[in-house]
Amino acid sequence: MRGTMDYRAPQTIDSGAPQTADSGRKDIVLEARGLVKRYGQVTCLDGCDFDLRVGEVLAVIGDNGAGKSSLIKALSGALIPDEGQILVDGEPVRFHNPTDARRYGIETVYQDLAVAPALDIATNMFLGRELRRKGPLGRYLRILDKPAMKHQAEQEMSKLKIGLRSMTSPVENLSGGQRQGVAVARAAAFAQRLVIMDEPTAALGVRETGQVLDLIRRIRDRGLPVILISHNMPNVFEVADRIHIQRLGRRAAVVLPTECTMPEVVAIMTGATSTGGPAPAGA
Amino acid sequence: MASTKAAGAEIKLRNSVGSFAKNAPDLATLGPVIALVLAGLFFSIKSDRFLTGGNFSLILQQVMVVGTLAIGQTLIILTAGIDLSNGAIMALGNILITKLAVDAGLNPFLAIGLGLLACTAFGLLNGGLVTTIRLPPFIVTLGTLNIAFALTHIYSNEETISDLPAALTYLGKTFNVGQTEITYGSLLMIALFGIAWCILTQTSAGRHIYAVGDNPEGARLTGIRTRRVVLTVYAVAGFIYGIASLLLVSRTGVGDPNAGQTDNLDSITAVVLGGTSLFGGRGSVAGTLLGALIVGVIRNGLQLIGTKSIYQVLITGILVILAVAIDQLARRRKA
Ligand SMILES: Nc1ncnc2c1ncn2[C@@H]1O[C@H](COP(=O)(O)OP(=O)(O)OP(=O)(O)O)[C@@H](O)[C@H]1O
Ligand SMILES: [Mg+2]
Repeated sequence: MRGTMDYRAPQTIDSGAPQTADSGRKDIVLEARGLVKRYGQVTCLDGCDFDLRVGEVLAVIGDNGAGKSSLIKALSGALIPDEGQILVDGEPVRFHNPTDARRYGIETVYQDLAVAPALDIATNMFLGRELRRKGPLGRYLRILDKPAMKHQAEQEMSKLKIGLRSMTSPVENLSGGQRQGVAVARAAAFAQRLVIMDEPTAALGVRETGQVLDLIRRIRDRGLPVILISHNMPNVFEVADRIHIQRLGRRAAVVLPTECTMPEVVAIMTGATSTGGPAPAGA
Repeated sequence: MASTKAAGAEIKLRNSVGSFAKNAPDLATLGPVIALVLAGLFFSIKSDRFLTGGNFSLILQQVMVVGTLAIGQTLIILTAGIDLSNGAIMALGNILITKLAVDAGLNPFLAIGLGLLACTAFGLLNGGLVTTIRLPPFIVTLGTLNIAFALTHIYSNEETISDLPAALTYLGKTFNVGQTEITYGSLLMIALFGIAWCILTQTSAGRHIYAVGDNPEGARLTGIRTRRVVLTVYAVAGFIYGIASLLLVSRTGVGDPNAGQTDNLDSITAVVLGGTSLFGGRGSVAGTLLGALIVGVIRNGLQLIGTKSIYQVLITGILVILAVAIDQLARRRKA
């Protein structure tokens, strides 16, 4: 199992310093350089670097307030960084809102899910990009194609093996894991390039967590790289190909789960040890 | 063997009950229908004049102004807003249309157009204040309520305008369905309900209105331009209030600065009775029509059986609290 992942996963332990040498590498899907975001006195991103490679699950871990959500919000267009650069396939891009990022095939499952509980599953899957009827009814009157949306939602659910049958039941009637399933399926269905998930297992029980981890693997096996933010160390070690450790608003290190133990990772995360390799840029 | 069979049957039964419960419209949808039927039954037993075509037409005329206002109110409440100003905006439209046509001698259609424009502008003002300065809708519309009220009284000089040109009261004209005379205004109200229903249930715009009321931040993150949705809703509501002011002109035959003073609360009553949640994101314009009819039927029925009109107010008040309580309970159960 690990072996098959390893050929995708890069070989060395990156410590954050050599990332400029990586720039322009063919296998980097999404990259960020020196992201800064300040809220008044609070600096939640402080020169943060980031890279995501083809076909990998990259875990982003860090203490509360380390800037994980801020980082992925910048990468998904939900937050506009004050400074820094984001590159998609080596091309600099600017995201002004989530729709911009989505145009680049970047889909996000936010920490607070961003589903509309009163609306049904199919509606939530297509929220903001509803399918319209063919012909003048759709073009001029903008009438929705509900059967098509329902059908496609069903297909996506079964492809990802999410056991939800009735696409017309409101999301609020679902369990936490099922809601998570809806949000993940929405991202997976539309993502062309990569999927970002912010703490998708935070509120879930053991069994549901396992299901979401399976989902993550399935998405990766479709060829979509996944960015996974999580506090759950065993989960991270279970699915991640590489681990980005966020600390004080910047990347402290990138490690391979195969070559690192959990205590070592926690030590870097909390600042108990330095990064184990060359010190991160600017640290 | 027999026991497994029984168990199988039981599972089947439970499943079907489960799916029934899932598919059955919830209390919020069913409640208004039941209330309307009960009220109808009660009054048709109490009075033999209640269940006649003529009386039905009368009820429609009595609810057409409030019903139309309630369409705009529903749109706004679905976005988790509230509009306290719609009665005052309508009164302003009413005075503008009549005074421009009569005193200023404008072409009646131009006067109507300007009235609609003014009401839409007020809606835009509400929406603009809510979306850009992010003031609570309650406060914004309380302010514009007073502004519109004052403008109405300043512009009208407290005078009632009569001798209207025929074009202004055209919607009060009737046509016959069998023996029953129906006004064009009632028909217009029902058509507006139909259009609003189509937009809310069959188009992306409708979905976005629900989503914005249900989870504004979530809606933004899915790429919906939430501020534009809210602004549009308030502006469209304003336009609908303009139509309501025209209906008011056609129903009363005069321009009265004091018209429509209770209509704002009545429009909220209709929305709430119709099962739309004051917290936004849930409800329907079909429910609002039922809600408006419930208010209309109760008023009309109590009049028919000769009850003092103050009891109509009393009963409406009780019903509103009941409806809001049901909404609250339903939410608490789901949370
Ligand atoms: N809108 C905001 N306004 C002010 N401060 C903010 C805002 N958003 C985030 N912050 C601050 O930025 C810092 C980083 O927040 P962020 O949500 O990115 O952390 P996180 O790593 O995702 O934490 P968690 O593990 O709790 O999800 C925190 O100190 C937070 O208080
Ligand atoms: Mg977070």
